[in-house]
Amino acid sequence: MFGVLIRIDSVTKRYPDGTVAVDRLSLDIPDRSITVLVGPSGCGKTTTLRMINRMVEPTEGTILLDGKDVTQQPVNTLRRSMGYVIQNAGLFQHRTILDNIATVPRLLGWGKDRARGRARELMERVGLDAALAKRYPYQLSGGQQQRVGVARALAADPPVLLMDEPFSAVDPVVRKGLQDELLRIQAELGKTIVFVTHDIDEAVKLGTMVAVLRTGGRLAQYAPPAELLSAPADAFVEDFLGADRGIRRLSFFPATDLALLTTPIVAVDATAEQIAARATGETPYLLVTGLDGRPLGWSAPHELTAGSIDPGRLLSHGRPFVPGTDSLRAALDCAVLSPTGWAVAVGADGRVTGVVSQQTIAEAIRGAHAAVPADAPAAAPPSLSKGGPSDAKVAG
Amino acid sequence: MSGFFDIPSDLQHSWLGLVGLHLREALLPVLAGLVVSLPLAQLCVRLRWLYPPVLWVTTVLYAIPSLAFFVLLIDYTGQTELTVMIPLTVYSLVVLVPAIVDGVRSVPQETLAAATAMGFGPVRRYFQVQLPIAVPAVIAGLRVATVSSISLVSVGALIGNQGALGNLINDANIYNRPELAVNAVLSMAALAILADVLLVAVRLLLTPWMPRAGRRKQPADVPDPATAALEDAVR
Repeated sequence: MFGVLIRIDSVTKRYPDGTVAVDRLSLDIPDRSITVLVGPSGCGKTTTLRMINRMVEPTEGTILLDGKDVTQQPVNTLRRSMGYVIQNAGLFQHRTILDNIATVPRLLGWGKDRARGRARELMERVGLDAALAKRYPYQLSGGQQQRVGVARALAADPPVLLMDEPFSAVDPVVRKGLQDELLRIQAELGKTIVFVTHDIDEAVKLGTMVAVLRTGGRLAQYAPPAELLSAPADAFVEDFLGADRGIRRLSFFPATDLALLTTPIVAVDATAEQIAARATGETPYLLVTGLDGRPLGWSAPHELTAGSIDPGRLLSHGRPFVPGTDSLRAALDCAVLSPTGWAVAVGADGRVTGVVSQQTIAEAIRGAHAAVPADAPAAAPPSLSKGGPSDAKVAG
Repeated sequence: MSGFFDIPSDLQHSWLGLVGLHLREALLPVLAGLVVSLPLAQLCVRLRWLYPPVLWVTTVLYAIPSLAFFVLLIDYTGQTELTVMIPLTVYSLVVLVPAIVDGVRSVPQETLAAATAMGFGPVRRYFQVQLPIAVPAVIAGLRVATVSSISLVSVGALIGNQGALGNLINDANIYNRPELAVNAVLSMAALAILADVLLVAVRLLLTPWMPRAGRRKQPADVPDPATAALEDAVR
């Protein structure tokens, strides 16, 4: 977090029929981070977003961009300095992918070749195959179209990106991919992103700061996601966060410091002596790994016959977690899903680094809570929980 | 016995000459109609309340028989092609205005919002986004207007041989040469079909961005291996 880039100062939007969409809203949106506006429908989140680039003019209050009132500059100049991504991408169906992305540079007066060159760069940046350049939007999947939408918004390298429920129309798997991609792009480019969603999980996953709005356009809480989960301001926010916020909060605690046990692990070609040596009684089960070090499954020691271990008869090891990048939530999830109650830890290469019990994880959770009182902001580094590449790999 | 293409001398044209005349009398009104319809339709899109009365007026004008138009106009424009073309222009509006309005309105809200958010002014947005996307609807309107105009030109025969190919029907009567009437009907049908085919070709040329019927399924439904691999790599 750096300075404040966008200051929304007691802004109200009242329509002629008396409807109040946004009610005396004040928000300081930090530079180079993702600020999420979240809330139920009718909470004024999209209106707020659209007031930043003046697609909606506030009735009262001011919006400052980098200290300057947004109404003090020509509206189209202002808009061209902010990328805008919309639900369903809103691509120009009559233009090729390349020309869609080149739109704003062309509006800014760039030559055709330079604009298209820039568009090619961006296709690569957002993970689009260069072969799609000459295609038209109807030939792309929803997820690809949304990538084009992001590339188009980034084309003129604007400092600010406004995103209005950009991922809500794609299926969950594609959405997760797009979210991870957005975090990666944000880490690379350091844009100031204002992101509107009605999905609190998306808000918690993406946001550096999350503003929860309630119906009628009033701010309910503005806090980092970890603080939101640990200390919701009132019943509305608590309700909006849903039932399992305690579990979700765990995603802000790293699993790095979990004490891993390395004894109860045998390779699939283990001798009888090795099996006996590993079965120390600390655990009722042994984890069998393949010759490549990857987990195969659990078994009681007496059911293992040296030299003829059948991987097909082992108990499933569940989904392993990666201590370096995953959170306590992932570790707990592994332990809960494991038939033995033990979670398997692997390195980035997929090789087993140890096992850990539910009890150990529970102690780690208590320790983490003790270090960060529940009513104070948990200052966990967001990078840990932000669906890093390891997350994506395991899911795929 | 005179031949099928021997045109009586009172018409002062060869068969090809009549075809040229016919095309001019039929197509200029459609063109004029388009020039009038585009701003009128845009006005109707911007001012919603204006659309119903405009639609009503064009429909009423369409209901006026061409003969009545001729009677009104003949004092001003005489027995000329113009007298034929003015009513045809007016008739084309009843098709073109709604076609353009529907076409421009069919541009998705997201597309418009995205254009505005990217800093398109209203004029640029109209010419670079709305109008190109409305092309299929506009051409659909043009097809109907053109074909009907080609057939309607023949009523110009009523005001002294201003009906181009239509005059042949009159002459078939006068000279008792029924083959002239057959010639007129077949020629006009051929022109109409030709014009229609040309307009379809123009549309195909202008809209490479439209899904074509009969083509392979879009990747959105059936991903080709490359896109599938790409999606997988991303997950």
